[in-house]
Amino acid sequence: MIPAPAFLSNPERFMAFSRWAAPLFGAIAIGLAVVGLWLGWSAPPDYQQGATVRIMFIHVPAAIMASVVYVFLAVASFLALVFRHVLADAAAEAAAPLGAGLTLLALITGSLWGRPMWGTWWVWDARLTSVLVLFLFYVAYIALRASLDDEAKAARAAAILALVGAVNLPIVHWSVTWWNSLHQGSSMFTPGALAPVYARPLYLMLLAYLAGFGSLWLVRIRGEVWRRRAEAAALRAARA
Amino acid sequence: MSVIDLDVGKYAAFIWPAYAITALAFTVLTLGALNHSRRWKKRAKELSGK
Repeated sequence: MIPAPAFLSNPERFMAFSRWAAPLFGAIAIGLAVVGLWLGWSAPPDYQQGATVRIMFIHVPAAIMASVVYVFLAVASFLALVFRHVLADAAAEAAAPLGAGLTLLALITGSLWGRPMWGTWWVWDARLTSVLVLFLFYVAYIALRASLDDEAKAARAAAILALVGAVNLPIVHWSVTWWNSLHQGSSMFTPGALAPVYARPLYLMLLAYLAGFGSLWLVRIRGEVWRRRAEAAALRAARA
Repeated sequence: MSVIDLDVGKYAAFIWPAYAITALAFTVLTLGALNHSRRWKKRAKELSGK
C-alpha cells in the first residue's frame, strides 16, 4: 500500500484541510505574482528580444505547468485505477480542465511571442506539436469522461487514456534536444543560462502559477466531492 | 527601488494581448472552479436535507 497523508485517504479530512488551504494557496499565488510581475517589468529589455522578454514571465510558467499538471493527472489516474481510490479519481477529474486551460494559455502566449521573434505564429516543430498533442490529450480525457453514463467505466477508461498520454511528456520535455527546433532550448533549469534579473521574476511567477493551480485544484476537488455526495443522496432518495 | 517600465514600443500588439489572455484565462479558471464547487455544495445540501 502506498503511504499517503491522512487527508488524501479520507474525504472528511481532505474537506477540512482544503477549506483553509485553498484560499491560503490563492493568497500566496497573488502575492508571488505581484512581486514577480513587479520585478519582471522592472527588468531592462533583453538585448536580443527587446520588450518581448516580458512574455516569458507568463508563457514559460504556463508551459511548465501544462506538463506538471499532466504528471499530477497521470499519478492520480494511476492511484484511482490500481487502488480504486475515490479521492484520487476526483483529483484526476479536477486536474484536467485546469491543465487544458494552462496548456492552451501556453500555446497562445507562445504564439504571441513567436510571431515577433520567429516571424511566424506557428511551426510544426517537435516542441510546439508535442504541446498541441498534450492539449489534445487533456481535451480527450475531458470528453471521454463526459461521454460515458457509467461513471465507473468513464473513470477507468479516462485513467487508461491519461496513462497512455503520459508517454508524450518526455517528448515535450526533450523535444528541443532531440530535434532541431525554432524553439529555444531549456534555460530555466540550466545554471547560468538566464541572467538573474530575468531568472528571479521567472521563478517567482512559476511559484505563483504552482500555488494558483494548487488553490484551484483543491477547489475543484471539493466540487467533485460535493457532486458525488449529491448524486449519492439523489440515489438514496430514489430508492426510498 | 526598481521602476516599472510599461513602454513596450512596437511589440505592444503582442505583449498586451498575451497578458490580457493570461488574465482572462485565470479569471475563467477561477470562476469556473468556484461555480462548480458552489453549485454542487448547494445541491448536496438540498438533497441531504441539511
